Amino acid sequence: MSNKQRYSGFALLGAGFKGHRSWARVWRDAEPRPRYSIVIIGGGGHGLATAYYLAKNHGIANVAVLEKGWIGGGNTGRNTTIVRSNYLWDESAAIYEHSLKLWEGLSRDLNYNVMFSQRGVLTLAHNLSDVRAGKRRHNALLLNGIDSEWLTRDQIADYCPALNLSPDVRYPVLGATLQRRAGTARHDAVAWGYARGASALGVDIIQKCEVTALRREGNRVTAIDTTRGTILADKVGVVVAGNSTILADMAGFRLPIESHPLQALVSEPIKPVLDCVVMSNAVHVYVSQSDKGELVLGAGIDGYTSYAQRGSFPVIEHQMGALLELFPRFSRLRMLRHWGGIVDVCPDASPIIGKTPVDNLFINAGWGTGGFKATPGSGHIFAHTIATGVPHPLAAPFALDRFVDGKLIDEHGAAGVAH
Amino acid sequence: MLLITCPWCGPRDEIEFHSGGEAGRVRPHVPDELDDTEWANFLFMRRNEKGLRRERWVHALGCRRWFAITRDTVTHDILPDDAPSLIASDMHVDGGAR
Repeated sequence: MSNKQRYSGFALLGAGFKGHRSWARVWRDAEPRPRYSIVIIGGGGHGLATAYYLAKNHGIANVAVLEKGWIGGGNTGRNTTIVRSNYLWDESAAIYEHSLKLWEGLSRDLNYNVMFSQRGVLTLAHNLSDVRAGKRRHNALLLNGIDSEWLTRDQIADYCPALNLSPDVRYPVLGATLQRRAGTARHDAVAWGYARGASALGVDIIQKCEVTALRREGNRVTAIDTTRGTILADKVGVVVAGNSTILADMAGFRLPIESHPLQALVSEPIKPVLDCVVMSNAVHVYVSQSDKGELVLGAGIDGYTSYAQRGSFPVIEHQMGALLELFPRFSRLRMLRHWGGIVDVCPDASPIIGKTPVDNLFINAGWGTGGFKATPGSGHIFAHTIATGVPHPLAAPFALDRFVDGKLIDEHGAAGVAH
Repeated sequence: MLLITCPWCGPRDEIEFHSGGEAGRVRPHVPDELDDTEWANFLFMRRNEKGLRRERWVHALGCRRWFAITRDTVTHDILPDDAPSLIASDMHVDGGAR
């Protein structure tokens, strides 16, 4: 089958002799069928990864992924591509480290280059409380068996010479945590790699197919009304970051989620100047340099709720000010593109993965500003949860009912980024 | 940038304000009588409307007073409102209805 073609050096050489006209389509753009065992609503990275692992690990290929736009066109294509696992709390560290380990083998597993680059993530401390929180997180990570280092200012000067480390600035750098295994990945390749893998295993990827209603009988969803007809499903997985409340409303239950814009931007491309990811909570910006040479910049969410995929300019202005505090040399750099995504924000800044009040409907939502890094791990444990009907052990602490029993996983600040 | 009309100070830039979230959440009169689900509903669950939404703002860098507006979360349009803000159910949120 054409979509089972393997990529390799030999395949590239062979196709080269044929003028590169022999490449098959990467994945199959499917027509909806009337019925599936499992329907995944949402064709972003998490949804596509869920479908891939359902087919690969659980042998369930009678799966459809419904996407209202085009795959990877939501938050998967609207983030700053940072991947790390340096979270404070045990539950978070476990889930993100599980994901990071999957990232480390992902290109090989998918036979698709997701350009995962373990270039290191440096999280700066600018004041005494930053230093204390950073060292606490560093020690918590070591106890959880996750790589972490504490760097002094001199060590930072060696590691990231581009940073302004002068003591005579408003927010001097006093130290930093470093996770060397962290880094960046190519966001589009992640969506396409998972789509290709899932499609080759028989999953139907259905684009321009927006869910308009969920039909319930008793405590089960039996049918999904879409803009491309009604689809019957035995089980349904909802993975629609930014629109989770809309789907929960259709299914008839409530979520502790609010949708906020998260903006990012890239500069014009320049020669290599920054070979790691730099994050700062105190001045609030995170920055890396893409393989094309653009600086990729992000910061915090807009304060108001929105579904508009755009935010307010003061947020951009603030993060550019923060960038220049850290890197005065970027002051003449022009910005090239700017975008906004809509992120689910939970009260405890941790995701919701697992069962819902509707028996055969599962939800994966609330990743806030940190969803991209979790893509492989999230898909992996959500596939397990849907296939077996029992939350994966790593997903169990992130159940929706934690908001009733009070076992919140409060990652505000603790996650190493201000939310 | 949103242009928000403070009922006391008139139209001002968004940067003078802080969003206070969903309006109309009234703290239960006797929380002890609620079960955990009801308490979680008040504390954590949100309507998160797509479209028109009633929400609270505080003019933090101005008169520092609270008020409510109606805003469209898709277009970011703020609806004109003759008597913004001073409805009791909009105002009694965290402080406790009596």
